[in-house]
Order: sequence, then structure tokens, then C-alpha cells
Amino acid sequence: MSIENDIRQIAVAHQAADGALLPMLVAVNRALGYVPAEADAVLADLLNITKADVAGMVSFYSDFRRAPPGQRRVAVCRAEACQAAGGDALAAEIEAATGCAMGATAADGSVTLDAAYCFGNCALAPAVMVDGALIGRATPARFVEAFGKAGAP
Amino acid sequence: MSRVFVPKDSGARSVGADAVAAAFAALGAEVVRTGSRGLYWLEPMAEVETAAGRIAYGPMAPGDAAAALADRSDKRIGLLAAFPPFARQTRMLFARVGLIDPLDYRAYQAAGGGVGLAAARAMTPDAVIAAIKASGLRGRGGAGFPTGIKWQTVSQAEGARKYVVCNADEGDSGTFADRMLMEGDPFLLLEGMAIAGHAVGADKGYIYLRSEYPDAEATLEAAIAAAPFLDAAFSVELRVGAGAYICGEETALLESLEGKRGMSRAKPPLPAISGFMAAPTVVNNVLTLAAAPAILAAGAAAHAALGSGRSLGTMPFQLSGNVRYPGLYEAPFGLSLRTLVEDWGGGTASGRPLRAVQVGGPLGAYFPAALLDTPLDYEAFAAAGGMLGHGGVVVFDDTVDLARQARFALAFCAHESCGKCTPCRIGAQRGVEVVDKIIAGEDRPRQRAVLDDLLEVMRDGSLCALGGLTPVPVQSALDWFPEDFEREAGS
Ligand SMILES: Cc1cc2nc3c(=O)[nH]c(=O)nc-3n(C[C@H](O)[C@H](O)[C@H](O)COP(=O)(O)O)c2cc1C
Ligand code: SF4
Ligand code: FES
Repeated sequence: MSIENDIRQIAVAHQAADGALLPMLVAVNRALGYVPAEADAVLADLLNITKADVAGMVSFYSDFRRAPPGQRRVAVCRAEACQAAGGDALAAEIEAATGCAMGATAADGSVTLDAAYCFGNCALAPAVMVDGALIGRATPARFVEAFGKAGAP
Repeated sequence: MSRVFVPKDSGARSVGADAVAAAFAALGAEVVRTGSRGLYWLEPMAEVETAAGRIAYGPMAPGDAAAALADRSDKRIGLLAAFPPFARQTRMLFARVGLIDPLDYRAYQAAGGGVGLAAARAMTPDAVIAAIKASGLRGRGGAGFPTGIKWQTVSQAEGARKYVVCNADEGDSGTFADRMLMEGDPFLLLEGMAIAGHAVGADKGYIYLRSEYPDAEATLEAAIAAAPFLDAAFSVELRVGAGAYICGEETALLESLEGKRGMSRAKPPLPAISGFMAAPTVVNNVLTLAAAPAILAAGAAAHAALGSGRSLGTMPFQLSGNVRYPGLYEAPFGLSLRTLVEDWGGGTASGRPLRAVQVGGPLGAYFPAALLDTPLDYEAFAAAGGMLGHGGVVVFDDTVDLARQARFALAFCAHESCGKCTPCRIGAQRGVEVVDKIIAGEDRPRQRAVLDDLLEVMRDGSLCALGGLTPVPVQSALDWFPEDFEREAGS
């Protein structure tokens, strides 16, 4: 199976939708973890649009990435309510604990650390997401516990 | 066997509600997962059913389950109806949230669900619109536009097809009412959308949901599949975004829904005239649509009887940040900010003096303690130079540096700008650089003049309210906290 075939199979389920390009890209990004460059031609062909139309979407939305993410995914809320509840210090601690800078993937591909802007968990601030699981009232210790637990082989 | 209610709300889960539910189940209790009551400092909460009603306990750890079942727990809160933080609220929109399994349609009906839609469908569309107008309902998404007038415009617009679009992008920091409602009472939102569909003559609705809300996504998918009142005459489709704050702006949202980059459109035409796929489209916030069923069920007068001035009904205010009792507090408009923050919220969590309160999300003003007596209503906030927005209130203690918050507002705008117009795309970035220079103490009077000029250009020259309102938090920081811009550099 080529990656083009995989992408086509994921995307074709959304072909009937009005405004299908967004749900197609969301589906590809979720299934593969990123939107490979090969997707541009496949989706352009399915929707009879240009590759530039697809590439423009990928660059606009921050969820879409062009390279595979790290094996672990951490997102730290950097918005105001979390700032007011100690989020800045927590973000620095998490950068130190993961050895990864905000917005980067570790060189060994072990983890990607992203800034997020509100998980709607402001009343339990600060909030962090580890591999899709939300952590409220986050502290460095609670983060390390969740990061260690979920990542244990 | 005891019945125990434990929230499945993503917030409650983020502090361990799943483990608490499992602990009750392991002890043989029948566990019903519900939405959250919104008293987040007590999450994870559990309510044990007794002859006297549901007895609440919290914040729970799994090890507290046995004692709660035996009613000898030191985590006992008692009946929420007798617990002031809950009892003093006016729960209209959130009446059912926390009470029932959100996906149990029978429980929804038993708790009064479905009555509004049945009433609406027995009325002419014009009569439904008249009821919404008479209720005084205004959009809860931020701008406070009268909902009845919006629906009437769509109803009267020419178009072979019309649409109802629910704005569930809830991007404002400090807001979580849409999320709680979608997770805790999704049928209410769908019922409201069906009422809107009947009123304006639309057979299709979309919910545009931000991708940061995976639990709400799963709940909505299940609710759409289970709602017996959705059919070919009115169907709803869920569309998930991809991380763009600007897609909460209604025209950018419509572009995104059409499968394009979320770039704001020039208005006019209004979406009500030419919206999704150029068809007349209602775009309403989650809470606006969710308010419709009660208006149809209980009558417009009951809604209009609550609130103050031209802000009628209730608003679920969302209190967070550095505050002792963070959570969702539904009350009629007009409650004073001080009552919410000091009496209900208990002041700062750190115990240090309160210095600033940001109301209305990232585009809202920072108010000093001196403005705490401002009533929470649209006009009063506008008169004080702020905005109520979606009802989020974020508290900061005296360790906050408002120059840094002003910088953040500009950096956020630069990050989220759709790039269509220059004042916002370039202005926000320049604003960050200028504030950095002010913070660093470089040539302050000149930089301040540049900043004032820049804010004016953004305010007056931006195409949409992202660029247009970003000056609001910055200006409020400059006006109320000038000392933070005059500190010795490096201190
Ligand atoms: C930058 C920006 C972001 C917005 N984000 C949201 C949002 O997340 N949710 C929302 O309902 N309205 C949001 N709005 C307001 C919408 O443009 C629109 O006014 C609203 O959806 C109309 O619904 P309503 O009349 O029910 O309030 C935003 C506006 C701007 C300028
Ligand atoms: S103000 Fe900003 S977000 Fe709005 S249209 Fe202009 S560039 Fe886009
Ligand atoms: S501001 Fe961090 S979760 Fe809302």
C-alpha cells in the first residue's frame, strides 16, 4: 500500500460533504498524526481543486503539521486563565522535564511539546494535555506522574 | 444498591472523576455519569441518592467512596439545594446539567426536555420568531445581537436553502460554558437548533466545534445519532475545526465550514442574507440556541422577567484564574462583578490582594479593583470601556504585570490573525515589538506615541473584531495600570 492510497481511503469517506476539504484534512491529520506532502495531490484530485488550495489550508490551521509528531504529545495551555494560576512557571518546568522547547519535537522524536490556547478547563487551571488526556490543577509533579505513567513501555 | 452520580465532564475527568466512578462501581454502587454542576473546586464530586435527595461529596478521591456510601465522610457537602454556592444561582440553561446522563433521552424528557420544540412546531414560524423577540434574548457569543431580529432576517431572506450554524468554537480563554453544556446536556442544544430551523425554514444545521474539545465531540456525535426529533426535515452535522481562534468569528467560521482558510469576510453581506454557501444562515452561539427551548416552553415573559436593562434572562458566568472558588455561576444579568468575584468566588486563591480582572476573553478589558461594582450587563460593561463577551471572568492577584498581559494580547492577535488586513496582520506584530521596547525602557515617550497610534489604526482600520478589539485589553492596561509600563527595566 502506498501512502497515497492510505490518504485516499481516509479522505474519500468525506467526499460528499459540503466544504469537504476541512474534514478530509482533519481525518488525515488524526489518522497519520500529520498531513504528508503526498496528501496535497490526492485531495486536490478528489475535490478537483489545486494543490495550492490544499497546502494553503495546511499552513493556516495550527493543528495540521507537515512532519510526524513525536511519540508522546504534550500540549500546555498558555492562555490567560492558566497564566493567572501559575501556568508560566508550569510551562517552564514542563520544558525542563521533557527536555523539549515549546512548539518543538525532541531531536530523538520522543516527544512533541505544543502551546495550546485554552482547553475550556480554566476553572481547574493550569491545564495540560498528555497524549490526549486532560490534566487539571496541573503541577510539575502531577505532570511527571501522568507523563511517566502513560509513557511507560 | 445505592445510586451514585459522578460527572463525566472533561474538567471533572481531568482531576480524577473516572477513578472515583470506578471506586463506587467496585463497591457495588450503580454509577450514573452526568455533566458537572460547575462547582469546580469541589470536583471530582459525587452525589449519592438517598430518600432525602442527592447528598453531594467532594472533592473526592477514590478512597473516599466507601465513607460516602456510608454517609460518614468528611467530604460531605450535603444537598446542593441547601448549599449556598449552588442554591443562590438561577439555573435556567444549566437546569439539567449534572442531574442526568447527558445521552439518556428518556431522562431528558422526564426533566422537561422536548417541550419547547413541540410547542414551537405547533406554532407558525412567525409566531416562534415573535416569541424569541419578546423574550429579549440576545446572542451569548459576545456581541449581544438580538436573536429574534437575526432569525427574522434569515426567515425573510430569499434563498432556496437556509442553514442554522451553531458556533461552538468557544475560543475565549476563561470560558467553558459551551463545553459544559455540550458535554452535560447536548439534547438541549440540538432542540434549540431544531427550533431555529423551524423558525427560519432551514432543513440543515451545522455545529462548528473546536478541536480542543474531544469529549464534547464524542457526546455530540452520540446525541445527534440518538435525538428522535432530528430527521430529514431537520438534520444536524458536526464539523470539527483545526485550531484557529479566528474561526470563532462568524464569517471566518463560515469560510472554514466551506472547507477554506478561516479568513474573515467583509460585511455586508451579513451571514443572515448570504452565509454558508451564499445561503441565508443563522449563526448563533451554543448558549443562544440552548436558551430557545425554555422560551418556547415557559413563555417569553418568564425570560424577559429576569435580568437588567436591555440584558435579559440569565447568563452562566464563568469564573477562573487566581480565584478561590472557580466555576460556572448562572445568574440573571445585572449581578455585580464584585458579588461574583468576592462573595461567590471568595477572592484570590493565593490570598494576595486582587489586582485585575479580565472579563470577556482575550479581547476583553482588564479592570482594576476600583471597577468591581460594575454590573454584569452588556451596556454597563460597554460604558466602563469593556465588554461582557461570552461571560468569562479571569482573576489576577497583585503579582500580575499588566505590561506583560498587554504584550500577550498583541502576541495572541499576531498569532491568530487571519492575515487578510494590514492593521491586524502587521499592527499586532509591531505592537509586540513596541511593548517590548517599553518594557525594556527604550525611548519610552516615543514608543508610547507609536503604540497609541498603532492601537488607533487597529481599532479603526481592521476588517473584523479580532484586530478591532485587541486594543481593548492593551488600552485598559495602559489606562488603569500605567505604573507597570513605567517600571525600571529589568525589575
Ligand atoms: C475573533 C472573534 C472570535 C469569536 N469567537 C466566538 C466563539 O468562539 N463563539 C461564539 O459564539 N462567537 C464568537 N465570536 C462572535 C461571532 O462572530 C458571532 O457574533 C456569534 O457567533 C453570533 O452568535 P450570537 O448572536 O448567538 O452571539 C467571535 C468573534 C470574533 C471577532
Ligand atoms: S482584523 Fe485580523 S483577523 Fe480580522 S480580517 Fe483583519 S487580519 Fe483577519
Ligand atoms: S485558559 Fe487554560 S484551560 Fe482555559
